Amino acid sequence: MMSSFALFTVVLFYLALLFLVAYLAEKKKSKLWINNPYIYALSLAVYCTAWTYYGSIGVAATSGLNYLPIYVGPIVIIPAWIYINTRIVRISRVNKISSVADFISLRYGNSRSFSAVITIVCLLAIVPYIGLQIKAISETFHLVTETAISKNILTDNATFVVVLIALFSSYYGTRYVDASEKRLGITSAIALESFLKLFFIIILGLFVIYFVFDGFSDIYQKASQFKDFKEKNTFNGPEGAINWMILCMISGTAICILPRQFHTAIVENRQEKHIKTAIWFFPLYLLIFTIFIFPIAWGGRLIFEGQKVNPEFYSILIPQYFNNTLITVLVFLGGLSSCISMIIISSITLSIMLSNNLIIPYGLLGKFKSENEIQNTRNITNIRKFSIFALIIMAFAFYKYFILKTSLDSVGLISFVVIAQLAPAFFGAIFWRRGSYKGAMTGLLAGLAICYFGLIIPQYYFSYNQEFKGVLRDLYNTFDFFTIPYLSRIPEIFFWSLLVNTGLFAIISVSTKGNYRERNFAELYVDIDKYIQNHENAFIWRGTAYVSDIKNILERFLGKNKTEQALRIFNLKYNIDSQTETADSRFIKFSENLLAGRIGTASAKILIEGVTKEDKISLKEVLNILEESKENISLNKKLTEQSEELQKLSDDLRNANENLIIKDRQKDDFLDSVAHELRTPITAIRSAGEILADDDDIPLEIKKEFLNNIITESDRLSEIINDILYLDKLEHGEIALHIQENNIVETYKKALNPILHLIQQKSIHLSEVNLLNQFLFDYDEARMIQLFQNILGNALKFTDDQGTIQTKLADKENQLIIKIFNTGKHIPEEDLEMIFDKFYQSKNQNILKPAGSGLGLAICRKIVQAQGGTIKAENSGLGVTFTITLPGSVKEYKNAVEQNHSKT
Amino acid sequence: MKKIIVADDEHKILMSLEYSFKKTGYDVYIARDGTEVLEFLKDMVPDVILLDIMMPNLDGFSTLQIIRQDEKLKDTKVIFLSAKNNPKDIEKGLEMGANAYVTKPYSIKKLMQQIEEMFE
Repeated sequence: MMSSFALFTVVLFYLALLFLVAYLAEKKKSKLWINNPYIYALSLAVYCTAWTYYGSIGVAATSGLNYLPIYVGPIVIIPAWIYINTRIVRISRVNKISSVADFISLRYGNSRSFSAVITIVCLLAIVPYIGLQIKAISETFHLVTETAISKNILTDNATFVVVLIALFSSYYGTRYVDASEKRLGITSAIALESFLKLFFIIILGLFVIYFVFDGFSDIYQKASQFKDFKEKNTFNGPEGAINWMILCMISGTAICILPRQFHTAIVENRQEKHIKTAIWFFPLYLLIFTIFIFPIAWGGRLIFEGQKVNPEFYSILIPQYFNNTLITVLVFLGGLSSCISMIIISSITLSIMLSNNLIIPYGLLGKFKSENEIQNTRNITNIRKFSIFALIIMAFAFYKYFILKTSLDSVGLISFVVIAQLAPAFFGAIFWRRGSYKGAMTGLLAGLAICYFGLIIPQYYFSYNQEFKGVLRDLYNTFDFFTIPYLSRIPEIFFWSLLVNTGLFAIISVSTKGNYRERNFAELYVDIDKYIQNHENAFIWRGTAYVSDIKNILERFLGKNKTEQALRIFNLKYNIDSQTETADSRFIKFSENLLAGRIGTASAKILIEGVTKEDKISLKEVLNILEESKENISLNKKLTEQSEELQKLSDDLRNANENLIIKDRQKDDFLDSVAHELRTPITAIRSAGEILADDDDIPLEIKKEFLNNIITESDRLSEIINDILYLDKLEHGEIALHIQENNIVETYKKALNPILHLIQQKSIHLSEVNLLNQFLFDYDEARMIQLFQNILGNALKFTDDQGTIQTKLADKENQLIIKIFNTGKHIPEEDLEMIFDKFYQSKNQNILKPAGSGLGLAICRKIVQAQGGTIKAENSGLGVTFTITLPGSVKEYKNAVEQNHSKT
Repeated sequence: MKKIIVADDEHKILMSLEYSFKKTGYDVYIARDGTEVLEFLKDMVPDVILLDIMMPNLDGFSTLQIIRQDEKLKDTKVIFLSAKNNPKDIEKGLEMGANAYVTKPYSIKKLMQQIEEMFE
């Protein structure tokens, strides 16, 4: 047994832990917290309340399989979130939606009245549900401490716990005035609680299965001795199955629309991809929960057979029965977690709805006249704080005076059925363009009326007047006509209310024309994927508005700095001049969004409307504009594609132009070099000619020398000109290559013969090394002779008398390798590549200039390249080696080149 | 007798200049590159130096730079004889302190007249 004081201390420590986690998460904001999809997925388990923790066990023990739909419904529908919730998250993000009321009412024309009705529906459904949690806390507290429930508020421990929760919620729930902001602290604390409650129920489950009993089959075997075991664990025929299915539908609907689920799944969603994790993780979580309900429920029945105990509290009673205080307290803490996470999230989201959809738009909007942003912000958060306290006090009162006697299960289900009345409008918002405000509102009100008379009155009124008779009873009897014999009460009301609700919604929507604003948002909601990038463009508004007026309003809520910053971003995004005075539709929507998180979408609209003058637009016009904007968007896409293409083209052009400029410069350089090369022999010729012409008494010997000079320099001139033209032809591929099989040794000899005497003149030692495995190779023989003569001629020029020239012929993998070495001065390392450039010598001052056109090596390189080979020069030992490599089959190379050409 | 150094790496150009200046009565010194010019300048002060620009080892511009730092050579006339005929090079040569810039091919007669005028 545990004393009240000790347990209360444990509770305090537990709450302190939550505060700490929330505090750390808010403070650190580390990536681990923010980007963790499991925190998001775990926070969704706020769904599992005291009802799950205690109520389901009671249902399993007394009504059999009916405990399952609460889990099966969500498990079935959650995978569809990948589609549904992804869209809702997008819609909510671009519209700064902060609650389910905002979400639905914005779609139906941003209607203030609709959002107020939805808020009231949520309050009606959820406040008793919160009361239920308080009840569970109180009852289990007294159960654990084995004390009687105190009627006095001041001595009821639940009172203090509730006050602490209210403080926690109001502190961490209102940290940001923008309600669409993510509350990392709260989410993290809820995720922790979700983990703990599952962990504790697993401990209890294992305790029951393996400690109290001898495994799962032991419980099953013993429990199956009960007379009602079979009945409780089957559907009991088609009738039971239909009831069961409808219960699944109720919970499946609730998991999507329940304000606390909308809050955790949509408003607190940081990244769309987290939904991907949630759709398997959350069903798995629920599945683990359900697995342990059966053994605990039936184990409880076996243990307490014949005793009068509430089966809803088996989970605490079992460990208590076995005097295991630790597990008792853990289970209590798990239940406490379920309760307080529900209370916290529900009170926060309801307070947002209460403040943004009811209090501010219906009364307090005028209060925000103050120019002082800080004052206004404080007012908003104070309204929310006040709302949270008011909600929790309402729930507390409910717990104290209405639901003490009712079961967890029934209140929970009624709450689900009431919330399910939002389903037609909710799902219609995402899937149906024609859905109208009138239809949604009428359907909702009719559905609510049915719920009210069918469920709420009997539940709360009858529970206090069990035997009531008279007019009201008679009135109810007249409705017996609608009774469906095989459905139990809750599925029956669910069926009728939703039938009427959906029917009215559909009929009225198709038979009346919606307002243009509704239709505008209908398009935005249904086609969110198209508008996600520039949703402000999809908003249709026509009229007169001035930026300065709107700016004034923004400043009242955002402050001067943030307003300026927001405007800068807007102007940048849409490329608008900051001096623009009139506001367009995009700016109106942008401003409404900025305000929406703080005061709700409806109030934001009202405030903006106050300073703008909107012209009426007919529905037809709206549809036209939307059609246009859709076309614009696709046109835009096409234009983007085209502009990308243009960009690529212009890049290509620029590259081509750069290439041309480079080529042009190369050509200029080349011409410069050519002119220079030509001027030198011309100078010599001219000077000799001048002397011969002017000087009559020139000695015969000298005269001859000058005349010879004229002849050799003329030859040089024509050599240069020939080489230039030849190289040009080579470069432009105008010289056809006659590639055929030739004997390389013979070709070499043919090249060598004409210059052999020059080599002998300089007493140069010439040698050949033949390492060839084969002699026949594919090449153009005439070009190869030219190549040999150029390289050998070059070697001859640079080799000193009595030097050495050595030619080495080899082949490797069909490649022909020619190495020609000569002794002589090394080429500077940095010039080894450049010597193959045209007129390299004349540009380089540092080597002695032998006679020649300056184009020899450039021609060699061209000849080798044309046959797919390479040429390079290296300094080796006492001289320089030129290495020429020709590919095995030049024909193959040529084919490859031609194919490449034909491709481009 | 006026002393002249003629520097060029083209043998046939040197030949005609040497013949013509000798015949006109100059004391002609032949250099194949800039370093050979500087060799001569160690022992003598010429009246005229004809400098090719593109020469191995030491080019005409660098040779002029060294000449213009030598105080004893301040009266020596330096004339570039070059196949480089673009205005940038001409400007550069004159800015560096050459007395004239003559582009190839030139008339030996006119070149001599130009030199004569420098001494008047």
